[in-house]
Amino acid sequence: MLNKYPLWKYLLILLVLALGLLYAFPNLYPDDPALQLSTQKATAVVDEQALQKAKNALSKANIDLKEAELTSAGGTLRFNSGEDQLAAKPVVAAALGDDYVTALNLVPTTPEWLSSLGAGPAKLGLDLRGGVHFLLEVDTPAALKQKLEVSSSEMKAALRSDRVRYRSVDIEDGVLSIRFLQQADLALAEALLEKDFSEYRYATHEEDGDFFLDVSFTEAAKKEIESYALQQNLTTLRNRVNELGVAEPLVQRQGSNRIVVELPGVQDTAAAKRIIGATANLEFHLEAGLDDKGADIETLSFRDGSGRTARLERDLIITGDSVSDASSSFDENGRPQVNINLDAKGGKQMSKVTRSAVGRNMAVVFIEHKSRSRFVEKDGKMEEVRRSYSEKGIISLATIQTTLGNSFRITGLDSPRESSELALLLRAGALAAPIYFVEERTIGPSLGAENIKLGVSSAQIGLLVVMLFMLVYYKVFGIFANVSLALNIILLMACMSLLSATLTLPGIAGIVLTMGMAVDANVLIFSRIKEELASGVPSQQAIHSGFNRAFTTIFDANITTLLVAVILFAVGTGPVKGFAVTLSLGILTSMFTAIVVTRAQVNLVYGGRKNKKLYI
Amino acid sequence: MKVTNIPFMAMRKIVAVFSLALILISLGSLATKGLQFGLDFTGGTLIEVEYKEAPQLDDVRTLLGENGYDDVVVQNFGSPTDVVVRMANSYTATLGDEVLVTLQNHGATDVTLQRSEFVGAQVGEELREQGGLGMLLALAIVMIYVAVRFQFKFSVASVAALVHDVIITLGFFSIFEVEFDLTVLAALLAVVGYSLNDTIVVCDRIRENFRIMRDTTPYDLVNESINQTLGRTLITSLTTLFVLVVLFVAGGEAIHNFSMALLVGIVIGTYSSIFVAANLLLAMKVTREDLIPTPKEELEDDLP
Repeated sequence: MLNKYPLWKYLLILLVLALGLLYAFPNLYPDDPALQLSTQKATAVVDEQALQKAKNALSKANIDLKEAELTSAGGTLRFNSGEDQLAAKPVVAAALGDDYVTALNLVPTTPEWLSSLGAGPAKLGLDLRGGVHFLLEVDTPAALKQKLEVSSSEMKAALRSDRVRYRSVDIEDGVLSIRFLQQADLALAEALLEKDFSEYRYATHEEDGDFFLDVSFTEAAKKEIESYALQQNLTTLRNRVNELGVAEPLVQRQGSNRIVVELPGVQDTAAAKRIIGATANLEFHLEAGLDDKGADIETLSFRDGSGRTARLERDLIITGDSVSDASSSFDENGRPQVNINLDAKGGKQMSKVTRSAVGRNMAVVFIEHKSRSRFVEKDGKMEEVRRSYSEKGIISLATIQTTLGNSFRITGLDSPRESSELALLLRAGALAAPIYFVEERTIGPSLGAENIKLGVSSAQIGLLVVMLFMLVYYKVFGIFANVSLALNIILLMACMSLLSATLTLPGIAGIVLTMGMAVDANVLIFSRIKEELASGVPSQQAIHSGFNRAFTTIFDANITTLLVAVILFAVGTGPVKGFAVTLSLGILTSMFTAIVVTRAQVNLVYGGRKNKKLYI
Repeated sequence: MKVTNIPFMAMRKIVAVFSLALILISLGSLATKGLQFGLDFTGGTLIEVEYKEAPQLDDVRTLLGENGYDDVVVQNFGSPTDVVVRMANSYTATLGDEVLVTLQNHGATDVTLQRSEFVGAQVGEELREQGGLGMLLALAIVMIYVAVRFQFKFSVASVAALVHDVIITLGFFSIFEVEFDLTVLAALLAVVGYSLNDTIVVCDRIRENFRIMRDTTPYDLVNESINQTLGRTLITSLTTLFVLVVLFVAGGEAIHNFSMALLVGIVIGTYSSIFVAANLLLAMKVTREDLIPTPKEELEDDLP
């Protein structure tokens, strides 16, 4: 018998080989360190002029520029080295001013004809390119509490306007209880509130002769508020990350109340953390009149540490959520200020309130939601307990000279840094619920570069050792196995690129491990062929049954390993996921190369001739 | 390599005692010493910095102690210029930044941040649970697959072999107090996959031999099967061990423990696929009928 593949099989293998080479090819081109220019403002565009400005500033600072180009997303400045890139960032940022965002990035150098085919290098994980990874937890109980507080003042207003007399309103453990002296008032109130506030559940109880209406969220309302808070926080975080100027950031929901933020290339993690985690917002209140008193007044101190206080009405005019645009600058005396533009609704509300309040004082209150975490011992285990609280302080109290419209400015901030960060936060929007950092990982760029170097060199050595061993042990068949192994790695890289899977350090380890294991299928086949030859079977028959009989074994063995790899992918995070990806892709590609490609080579060399001696 | 004829199964009693001893030692160490869990699982803060010139670790400790960081572990990481500072109790997420600033302000030479990690206590606990769950899930799925493709006895034998490998590898990490982090857990799952691969190859040959060698006793048949696959088992283990040694030596500190777990696990896995799985199959009295269903006609003959 003869071992021959039909022509189409050879052609198919050649086609796969060609595609694999094509898509793996871009990985050979190293990325350029670059600065990405973009703009968040409608008034500014990244054009030739802006690029020229940046170029001039760079040549003045003696920094070599490799290339400058305009792209659909803005502009890209490429540099020859990472040091040039780092040195250039402040220079370019200063030259272009506040309207532009300058971000560090790695830009592929894939030739145009390749990228037009959709080919590009595999993405590098944070452990290989440097950057920060944050895991944030959204404090959904706080979101519920905030909503309850807002509803409480609305309910009070509703009760007052319908002249239903209540004694007091308290919020405890997610339940809002309104106290009445008369049962009739309670019944009236329940009917009224049930109609207007349908997202709540109502219950009543009696205590010490007083009547209580207990208001709590329905399950559906609770879920909705929680998912809204998460969604809103995602949007806000995306805006903030864009404002920070990070190339290719990742902001993604994880589980029911967590958000992952990954910022490649970011070095100043303290600043990133301050801006991402900031819960600052503004509130505008009128100062209370001298004869106002009671629960609707709160006394707040000024933020400048002077110890002055002011009595403010609890009712809000607007909050920072109504701000449509904000920028920082300096006033006539050189003090930092924030210029604010309100959206239509906010502007209307502002002019409505201030029209009737000319001559009175208006306070701008800076509010920050914070949390303190303590460890308490509970049942012999240390448990983390978080308590959230708000810090409020007045930044300015000024007389309303005239009706305010939708554009004004506020002063009284400590430093230019504070004013520019406040402007950024107002632009990006406030968080709907406070967030906590539950995990943070920072990788410096030099460690990333070192990880790549070590990973690639150990892959090369590993490949060499395996190939030598196979060559010595299996001679000509060893060459077949080595060709298949090399092709396997090319295909694996091509798959990584095509799926735009992320390559991590454990991922590289996965590739190296795959090399050791990929030859296994060939070892199984070759030892079968040897066995057949030893029992006196003619060579063509030995090749044929060697491949056939080894197939079920290879299949079973690889499928079980693949199952484990898939579980690893499902339960793993970050780098571990990277390992699972290369391991499972490696198993799939190695099955193709070790069975089909090796067979094709064997058929090509030995298949056509009868009972030739096999060098195995 | 010629097909050998080593009486592996004659050694089965000695091997069983050896395996049991290893498992008992491992379990004993796990029970008394436990595992040296890394930051991923315990929660806490870690920063790795690089000094221009190698510092005295005691100086770094004193410096941090003077600035109010008492509960810290200071170690070299890979090279004398690389220093890792670990803090168990993470009250705030900004602790890492504060320590870095302290080191930079007081250090004699340049200090650059290599990496910093902060894991909340809750996240650590979740990762630990998730990891254990993943391991159990992997074993369960493997058990089902093997039961379907082969037979129940094979599935018990191969999963027992996997549990054997995992316990002994864990025992190694416990006895030698090597840090156990997420990458080691990944390696452990990879060991499960690899060792299973080996065991399946042996089982496959046993199944095949039951079909073609009609007159051999299960004892001889299992022995013969192991000898037939021995060449392949050793060669594959060798090539894998080659690349792992390369990773261990040249892969850098970050995957040091990862490659160590794989090295230990694969040596144990190779041993277990030769001795443990087959041994258990014989102990469970595997027969030809387990794999090849009795033809229906015979059943009908028995009917009155």
